[in-house]
Amino acid sequence: MPITYTSGEQIEVYRFSIPVTVGVPLLALFLQAFVPRRFPFFSIFDLPLLVTIFFAMARRNPISGLFTGAAIGLVQDMLGAYPIGIYGIAKTVVGYLASSLGAKLDVENAGARLLVTLGFYLVHAAVYFTVARGMVSLTLDWSWVRGIVAGLANGFLGVGLYFLLDKFKQRT
Amino acid sequence: MESVLGRYRNLTILVGVLFLQILGLAVQVKRSGDAENTRLIRIWAVGTITPFERGLVWAHNGSRNLWHNYFFLRGVRAENRELKAQIEQMHLEQVRLSEDAAQAHRLQQLLAFKEQYIAKTVAAQVIGSSGSDLSRSIYIDKGSNDGIAADMAVITAGGIVGKVLRVYPSTSLVLMINDQSSGVGAMLEKSRLQGVLHGTANGEVVLERVMSDEQVVPGEPVLSSGGDQIFPKGLPVGTVSNVSPGRELFLNIQVKPSADLSRLEEVLVVTQKRERQAVAENPVKVRAADILAQRLPSVPDKPADAGTVKSANGAASTSVQGSNGGAKPQTGAVPKPPTENAIGAAAKLSPAAPAASNAGAADATHKLTGVAPVATGETSKKVLAKTPSDSATSGNSRSATQTNASVGTASSGTKPLSASSSVASTGKSSAPQSKPVTQPLSQPPAADDNPH
Repeated sequence: MPITYTSGEQIEVYRFSIPVTVGVPLLALFLQAFVPRRFPFFSIFDLPLLVTIFFAMARRNPISGLFTGAAIGLVQDMLGAYPIGIYGIAKTVVGYLASSLGAKLDVENAGARLLVTLGFYLVHAAVYFTVARGMVSLTLDWSWVRGIVAGLANGFLGVGLYFLLDKFKQRT
Repeated sequence: MESVLGRYRNLTILVGVLFLQILGLAVQVKRSGDAENTRLIRIWAVGTITPFERGLVWAHNGSRNLWHNYFFLRGVRAENRELKAQIEQMHLEQVRLSEDAAQAHRLQQLLAFKEQYIAKTVAAQVIGSSGSDLSRSIYIDKGSNDGIAADMAVITAGGIVGKVLRVYPSTSLVLMINDQSSGVGAMLEKSRLQGVLHGTANGEVVLERVMSDEQVVPGEPVLSSGGDQIFPKGLPVGTVSNVSPGRELFLNIQVKPSADLSRLEEVLVVTQKRERQAVAENPVKVRAADILAQRLPSVPDKPADAGTVKSANGAASTSVQGSNGGAKPQTGAVPKPPTENAIGAAAKLSPAAPAASNAGAADATHKLTGVAPVATGETSKKVLAKTPSDSATSGNSRSATQTNASVGTASSGTKPLSASSSVASTGKSSAPQSKPVTQPLSQPPAADDNPH
């Protein structure tokens, strides 16, 4: 079993089949676009972000992580109303950071995953708002209450989703 | 240099990817017409996702319709009855409103105002959303192939929804009014104060630019002001839900949208607006006697039953004949000049209207509390049509008919409501309304039975 070593700690690196690599992000994007129409509260979740974090942390490769984030974010931008690239930049950063973190820490347990997802949600929001307000001049307001609630909601959903996606992991 | 790049390879690639995306963003922002610049890749993305959304919506609607239209019909008849009663009430309201509208048109004509009204709409189904609480937009299943263009207003019967932001061949992206980047010219209905409506981070809708020294009370309706050149003036936007001091000298007015923005299923896209000089109603004065003459049945050509009624009073003979003949519709009645008989009948019969609560017409009178003479007539005729024998025996048909006749002057607006009139007819209330009210109600009573 191939194992990578980082700082003397054994951390496994996973890979995914092509259908999973392509299909899961597409499914996440589709659900994100479709489900809130029926269940408005669902718009608080960011499934593409959760998928980005999962793939990045599982592969533990920063380059792979940032490209995954960029691709998912750009497609999400294309479906939205704002200029293309805002989600792309935010998810690129998250993908890079998540894979870098994954290469150093083993975040396999539920508590760590919850905190990591909450943290990355806030990072994602910070980058998104910075780009949206600073570059595109969108008049977006940030609500801390909503941000924290959404972060926690995504964290809890992420814990469940990651356990589900763990089944698609293939050891390298 | 190479060693530095090699050592920081990951970081270098990150910076490169970010730089490319920022460059792309900058190009879009600088050209501002990003809809055109990025059109192709957006079409690819939308074209990939929307067919699945359409399929799911179609399957969902199909199964729902199958259930609701065939299996789950409990209470439909009762609901049908309620709706019919509601329609009658709306007829009454329409009569009143048409009078107000006519007056408004006359005033607008005097002041040489131009009015804008919705001339054409396209119904569309909501098939998806942007899926993010940072951007509130929806996809509809109509695009440029259906005549949709950017900046068209999107509404529902309840109120405004948003505007078309991007158009693709078979779908369109609609920016809703609760998006933070949207802006709608709006005004308060009573105080006529104008402001700008836009969304907040929490998905709420606020009206800004109203000075803090103005009096705004919760519950006041908010209408579109027409200042944005997208939404015609006067469309319902919502109601004021909360008022608090805002930044600087302005009030922070929270508005509850009239349309349920979180549960949109079908919307109307306003594809054509027209502007025209206000035209007043037909200025020809119609005398009440003329209308009465039209409303009262004409004297039959041949004496049906010579021994039945030989009264000099035309109204009396009419009522008896009507009851015998099963409430013959008067649509074919030739307008006659006011005759002495007709006027006399009206004069005689008017005071007797309240007495109609004896038998068959009791139902009619009961429904009509609060007015509407026209409906009185309608309802009573409905009663006549359903139970001719009752009317014939008790003579209530006469009082019912007379009630109608006595108020015939207000019945010029009793044209049956069409399905599309709720939205599409805004500003068009001056349409000719000469159709007699008896027409829709003279149909067989079995019409309210559900075929299933």
